Amino acid sequence: MSRESMEYDVVIIGGGPSGLSTAIKLKQLDPNLNVCLLEKASEIGAHILSGNVFETRALDELLPNWKELNSPIKTKVIKEKFLFLGKTKSLSWPTWLLPAVQQNHKNYIISLANLCRWLGEQAEALGVEIFPGFPASEILYNEDGSVKGVATQDMGIDKEGNKKDSYEPGIELIGKVTVFAEGCRGHLGKQLIEKFELSKGKDPQQYGIGFKEIWEIEDKNHEEGLVMHTAGWPLDNNTYGGSFMYHAENKQVFLGYVIGLDYKNPHLSPYDEFQRFKTHPEIKKILEGGKRISYGARALIEGGFQSLPKMFMPGALLIGCDAGTLNMPKIKGSHTAMKSGIIAADTINEHLKENKDLSIYEDKFKNSWLHKELYQARNVKPSFSWGLILGIIFTGIDQILFRGKLPFTLKHKHADHQTLKPANQMPKIDYPKYDNVITFDKTSSVYLTGTNHADNQPVHLKLKDPDLPINYTLEKFDEPAQRYCPAGVYEVQKENDVNKFVINSQNCIHCKTCDIKEPSQNITWVTPEGSGGPRYGNM
Amino acid sequence: MKILVAVKRVIDYNVQIRVKEDGSGVVTDNVKMSTNPPDDNAIEEAVKIKEAGKATEVVAITVGEEKAQETVRKALAVGADRGIHVKADGVLEPLAVSKILQKVVDKEKPDLVFMGKQAIDDDCNQTGQMLSALLNWPQATFASKIDVKDNKLEVTREIDEGLETIEINVPAIVTCDLRLNEPRYASLPNIMKAKKKPIEEIAASDLGVDVSPRLEQIKVEEPPKRKAGIKVANVAELVQKLKNEAKVI
Repeated sequence: MSRESMEYDVVIIGGGPSGLSTAIKLKQLDPNLNVCLLEKASEIGAHILSGNVFETRALDELLPNWKELNSPIKTKVIKEKFLFLGKTKSLSWPTWLLPAVQQNHKNYIISLANLCRWLGEQAEALGVEIFPGFPASEILYNEDGSVKGVATQDMGIDKEGNKKDSYEPGIELIGKVTVFAEGCRGHLGKQLIEKFELSKGKDPQQYGIGFKEIWEIEDKNHEEGLVMHTAGWPLDNNTYGGSFMYHAENKQVFLGYVIGLDYKNPHLSPYDEFQRFKTHPEIKKILEGGKRISYGARALIEGGFQSLPKMFMPGALLIGCDAGTLNMPKIKGSHTAMKSGIIAADTINEHLKENKDLSIYEDKFKNSWLHKELYQARNVKPSFSWGLILGIIFTGIDQILFRGKLPFTLKHKHADHQTLKPANQMPKIDYPKYDNVITFDKTSSVYLTGTNHADNQPVHLKLKDPDLPINYTLEKFDEPAQRYCPAGVYEVQKENDVNKFVINSQNCIHCKTCDIKEPSQNITWVTPEGSGGPRYGNM
Repeated sequence: MKILVAVKRVIDYNVQIRVKEDGSGVVTDNVKMSTNPPDDNAIEEAVKIKEAGKATEVVAITVGEEKAQETVRKALAVGADRGIHVKADGVLEPLAVSKILQKVVDKEKPDLVFMGKQAIDDDCNQTGQMLSALLNWPQATFASKIDVKDNKLEVTREIDEGLETIEINVPAIVTCDLRLNEPRYASLPNIMKAKKKPIEEIAASDLGVDVSPRLEQIKVEEPPKRKAGIKVANVAELVQKLKNEAKVI
């Protein structure tokens, strides 16, 4: 059955900071351009999760009058803390001894989801057509191999792949240029990187998994504008990660934990490390008497400069975290994603008006502050492969003394799915029981995300080999999917003494960790029916 | 035949509802809003009746703040022909809404008025019934099946004892249950077309209806938390606990 098609000058996939910046900038450059933006969530912002301490540099360029436009950027950072945690003790690190990239006094504590909602309004006011609830599920190519556009997901297909009464075929969206801005580990971006060999000559990409909870805490524990980060406990010296706690408005704190997905112990459960972290006396005393109101998790892209793929290809651009523009030592990806989106719009405008090749993206990127920033940040993350202590010492030298200008570049050696050691060679970890006050189980956490997928639809987590989880991964790695998934999607259940791998895909919060960490790359995340997934509020 | 369908904008049914700390209501800032689910069934049924050639026009109406218009736009994207948005801010009680609908019915002269059986936010389940009284029209509530027969409707109702089938004369009010049908998806081209369909905006005050609340809300609080269960070792212990602790036997 042939699908209907709609033609645009520019088709943008993903309503995060990068895609929305492209959309807004395009309409500023030429109001007559026809621009549409697809978003898989039920509304803009509902799949956005981030810390977030926001640097306004890119926004200052895009919408210089953002302060007058009632933007949700209100809480200025007024105080900073950095703690090294031991099991019960903590050591406060003087902030003047932090590299400049980790100082936040000019930044704001924001909800990125709310910022995206607001950017969406700005884009719509400029005439961008935004379609929430429509995942792009397939890339369309021209006969010459260039990208032609995308097709949206068919709606109303049952578990077995049959059409239901409500079946509604997907639509082809044809663009002169298609911009992929799906965020970290976008499932179409992944295909493009492979097809056009965009990562050729680059280091393997690096990822992390980030958790976030929002708590409403007691007045006496709340210091609006306080930004606190920690390193150390509960992670060991060889696992990369740390926490954030941002005191936002309305007595809320944004509390989170990020763990590098290059961890080696298959028994490690990132979710439980985060829960355990909250029981540290320094953290617990802030949360006590408060109430957890939100939970979420999302993979983030950490490879930086060395792993950044080529961002242009015939007919399309790959931007933001879909490519990997996050600045790891800054622990910020929003302003860099936005800048990559602004550069994309400049590129597309010249491409359409002056017939210049999309490869001019490369020069524009190289001449921008974005390139400079990512270049200077490049050696921090790989240095932590030597452990936390050496990583900190090296980062001090690299970032404070040399400001990122050391004449060499450290390499990322392995992709994250290659780093797990066999389960029988690594220590088991005994995580404490949840107390339902400070720590909670996965089920009650996922409940807070408002996640829902229409039932009776195909499972959107595809196994290349359905027998591999039980026949290989369970034995060798004790099936780590049970632990790395932050939403309890994967379970190994015993039925009549036979192990069965169960995928509760309706719980999926679209974090993409399984697609990244599965040791044999056996799990592929594809788009479920539109509007499925979490319904994050001010995440 | 012309069908008027009333739709309401409510907090999306998947969202975890959170009570405001001061007990003055629930948090709606930055919360995903959607059309009240049984209202989707009402629109779907009206569109189906039109597609079957038994109705000539489907008009979607909402009463509420600026953003409530999204629900009318969505109704247009799944097949309604035109929309009406009666603008009113603040809390709107069923009586106020039914009085507004009465005024619109006087003007539009539809043969049928459909709406959801109740809204999932206040759970009042009153607007359809009140409108029926105000107009002195027959009503069929909790409809899970509707057959249009000339100037009559045969409606199957979901009631406590099972299903009840009644016949009523047109014009009539029907409130719809979730089992009535499976609402269709709005396709992208239809969303585009819906942007061009007309929505008439009317201020509630211009209809001469006093929408101020008649009820005073004293407090909103969360339901008490359910205590965790325990495992008993044997039947004897269970019986003992039911007798002495729960005191139910």
